[in-house]
Parts: sequence; structure tokens; C-alpha cells
Amino acid sequence: MIRGPLVVALLLSFGALRLPIEAALTAQHRSAYFHQAQLGLGLREQVGQLGFLAALSGFRSLVADVVFIQAHIAWERTEWGRVYLLFREATTLQPRAVMFWDMAAWHMAWNASVAALHDPTHASDALRHKAAEEYFALGKDFLERGIKNNPDRPELYESLARLYKEKLDDHAAAARCYARAAALPHAPEYDKRFAAYELSFAPGHEREAYAALRALYDRGEHERLPTLLKRLKYLEQTLDIPLDRRIPN
Amino acid sequence: MSASAHRSFAISRMAAITRTTFTELVRLKVFYFLLIFALLLIGNSLFMARLSFQQEFQVLKDVSLGAMSIFTSLLAIVATAQLLPRDVEDRTIYTILAKPVPRYEYLIGKLAGVLLLLALSIIAMSALFFVVLFTREQMLVNETVRGTAGLPPGQIEEAIRSLRASAFNTNLIPGIVIIFLKASLLASLTLFISTFATSNIFTVVVMVFIYFIGHLQATAREYWLQEHGAGWLAKTFLAFVALAFPDLQLFNLVDDIVAGTAIPMALFAKTGVLGMVYTSVYLFFAWVSFHGKEL
Repeated sequence: MIRGPLVVALLLSFGALRLPIEAALTAQHRSAYFHQAQLGLGLREQVGQLGFLAALSGFRSLVADVVFIQAHIAWERTEWGRVYLLFREATTLQPRAVMFWDMAAWHMAWNASVAALHDPTHASDALRHKAAEEYFALGKDFLERGIKNNPDRPELYESLARLYKEKLDDHAAAARCYARAAALPHAPEYDKRFAAYELSFAPGHEREAYAALRALYDRGEHERLPTLLKRLKYLEQTLDIPLDRRIPN
Repeated sequence: MSASAHRSFAISRMAAITRTTFTELVRLKVFYFLLIFALLLIGNSLFMARLSFQQEFQVLKDVSLGAMSIFTSLLAIVATAQLLPRDVEDRTIYTILAKPVPRYEYLIGKLAGVLLLLALSIIAMSALFFVVLFTREQMLVNETVRGTAGLPPGQIEEAIRSLRASAFNTNLIPGIVIIFLKASLLASLTLFISTFATSNIFTVVVMVFIYFIGHLQATAREYWLQEHGAGWLAKTFLAFVALAFPDLQLFNLVDDIVAGTAIPMALFAKTGVLGMVYTSVYLFFAWVSFHGKEL
């Protein structure tokens, strides 16, 4: 009856042989940002028992989608607190899905904030504005955490730039975000242009903006779009650029 | 047939066992799960109308690939677990092994029957999935063309290009192959467990535990290797988990494929080779455990 111990010995020897190979493969997965969801108590608290079990059994994405659909339904019912909690779960379960971070931020900074501004239950205008600002901060937090998990994807930098521009009125920060998006591989060409546009709206950055817009203009006809020409004209006047160096009308 | 003419390894004998195993499994009406898969896709599509196209394709791909992974894993475990006990119960095993059929041929034939079933199931599910994906893509392309009439052609092309990129990703195909390899690994491991299991239920329960532990094996391995100051008892336990159980998390590439992560082909190849090695080694262990067993 040596078959039992022999099988156990073979099993453990096979384990020892494959250990370095599996460790190396896991390291390669990590370097490509796979499997970012950390299976810890934080996740357990957020996703509930059933979700945690599903996450353990390798169906993280599927559970994240179910949670996302629940968040979508909560949004249709304008249950903002629930929308926030459900998106927090979905993004924790599947941090590599850029769409979840983007949608979460959009719901918080654009939808929930506007709902808070028009909330009839708040008598005070100041309180309504405070609530809206808290939702802007939640949206920003989603995008910043999304970028930490997906530093290789330009979409979230673009969304953060839009949030700075449209909600926080911080054009310099918006320009920085667009510039960071533009520096990534596979970024759309307009990111560089948008970075320069935003800079042209940021007080104190006029010279920098002029240089960026002029460089784009000098690239050729394909960059000379109406907004670029308009902002360049505006900066030429603001900075009092000599007439011979200005672009033609 | 003379003794000298008898070959120790014959493809034809294994093919016969494979064919019989496959036929037996098909008679168990296991393909009904395809109906559930189809209903899941259709039900999913009804909800999709409420989502944007990026959301729709992400959810469709996640649900389809997740369902493929669940169904193939379940099928691999449940179908394989009942192979040996059923043959013993029906006394078919005595008839087969009384003939000059080596036990390794019997095991290879049995596993090949299950793998054939798994391959056909995954091909059918993939075909269904791609039909739904391409149909929805085509419908959305037509809607986009209608909705953007009057815009510059460059913008329309860009919109369609972005839509098509959200729908089909070439990584989906190797991702599905990896799902099949994970199911093959589970089938082979189930066969190994069933060679010493006392019953069909025991094998299924043990495999369910292995399935869960296998997804946490990487965590145990890291804690064991990274000197976290745990006591010797904890370390021994972690070492046992790391050495005895397969790392199933390595085969979960579809989550990242659907999320849009570009996966290098070399990584697919390495994961594929690892899956094949696991399947072969567990089959070998099944033979070691089975070859001298008194039936």
C-alpha cells in the first residue's frame, strides 16, 4: 500500500516544480495590471457574502456587472446614496473596467450634484451648494482612484480634465490632465489640442498657452481648427504679440 | 490475435473508449445547459437596450464569458466525477479491463471523451455568443449611420470604428481557449480524485473545495514565499496549499480581456502550455493511483 504516499509525494514534487513558473506568470500578470482586486476584508464588507464568494471563485467581473446593473437601476430611481455605494462595489470588484470609474464619476459629479442643487428638501442655498460640491469631490475621487488602477489608459485623464473644467473651474488642472492623457500611447490626437485650449483659459498661463497653440498651428493645416484659431487670436491680443508674428486673419 | 500482435498502445482502442464515453455523456442530456446559456444571452440583451453601447458590449461579454466559464467548469467536474463510479456500478469496467486494454488507455479514453464534450460545448457557446455580439454590433452600426446622417464622413467613420472596437476584441478567442484549458485541467484533476474517491458525491464536493482553494492558491503562495512572520503551523499549511493545489487564478484572463487590457500573445501561450502540463500531469497521477487498484 505505497500508492497513497507515492501519489502525495508526486503531487507535492509537481507543486515544487511549478512554483517558480506560476510565481513568474503571476508577476507578469501583475505587471500588465491584471487581477487588481485585492481579496481582503475591505472587499468582503463592500460586496456582501454572496459577492465575495463569487469573487473568490473567479467570477469577479460577472459580479461587478450585476452590481453595475443595480447601480444603473438606482440611478434611474435617483437613489444617489445607493448609486454611490454600488459603484464603489463595482469598481472594487473590477478596477480595470475604465467604464465603471467613468460612469461612477459622471453620476456623482454631473447627475447627483445637479440633483442636490435642485433639492427642494434643502431650504438653504448654501447647503445645496455644499452638497453639490461634496458630489464633485466624490466624482473626482472616483476618477483619481480609477487612474491609479489604470495609469495606462487616457480615458480617465480626459474625464478628470472635463471635471476640472466644467465643475471645478480649474483650467490649469484640466490642461495638466489632458497633457498627461496625450502622453500615453493610443491617446487621441485631440488631447494635445485640448490641453493647449484649457491652458489658454487659465489665468497666469497665457505665454505657455500661446507657445503650445502656436506650435500646433505651425504643424500644418490639419491642426488649424476654428477653436484653435480663435484662442490663438485672443492670446495674440492679450499678450500683445507683434503684428508681423501674428497668424493671418 | 496472438500475444505478440497485441500493441501496448493503440489509438483505435482509446478512440473506441472516447466514443463510448462521449455517447454516454450526450445521452445524459448535458447539452440542455446550452438552452440556459441562450436564454441568459437573450435575457441579457433585453436589459441592454437601456445601456450605452460600451456598457452593453462590456456586460454582454462579461456575462457570456462568465457563463461559459461556469458551465464548462461545472460540466468538467460533474461529467468526469461520474465516469468511474458509473462504470463500476454498471460493471462495464470489468468487461473492458478483462480484455487486453491497459488501464492508461482506459483513463486516456475516458478523459478524451469528456474533453471532446467540453470542446463541442464551448464551440457551440462561442458560436452563439459571437452571433449575438455581431448581430448587436450590426444593429448599432445601422442605428449610428442613421443617427449621424449629415455629419462629416470622418466623424461617422470614427464613431463606427469606436463602436466596432467596443464589440469585438481579437483577444476574446485565446481567452475562450484558456477557458477550455481550465475546464480540461479540472476534468483531469476530477479523474485523478475519482480514482481513489469512495463515491461520486465525494469527488464533486472535493472538487468544489479545490475550485475555491485554487483561486486563492496564489495568495497562499505569496504569503508563504514572502516571509510574513507567520508561525510554523501557518507556514506549513500555506506551503501545502501552494504545492498541492493548482493556481486557477492564472486562467482567469477573460476578466481583463473584457476590461480592455491588451494581453500579449506570449502570455496566452505560456498560460496555455501550463494548462496542458497540468492536464497531462494530473492524468499521469490518475494512472499512478489507478494502475494497481483492486476493482
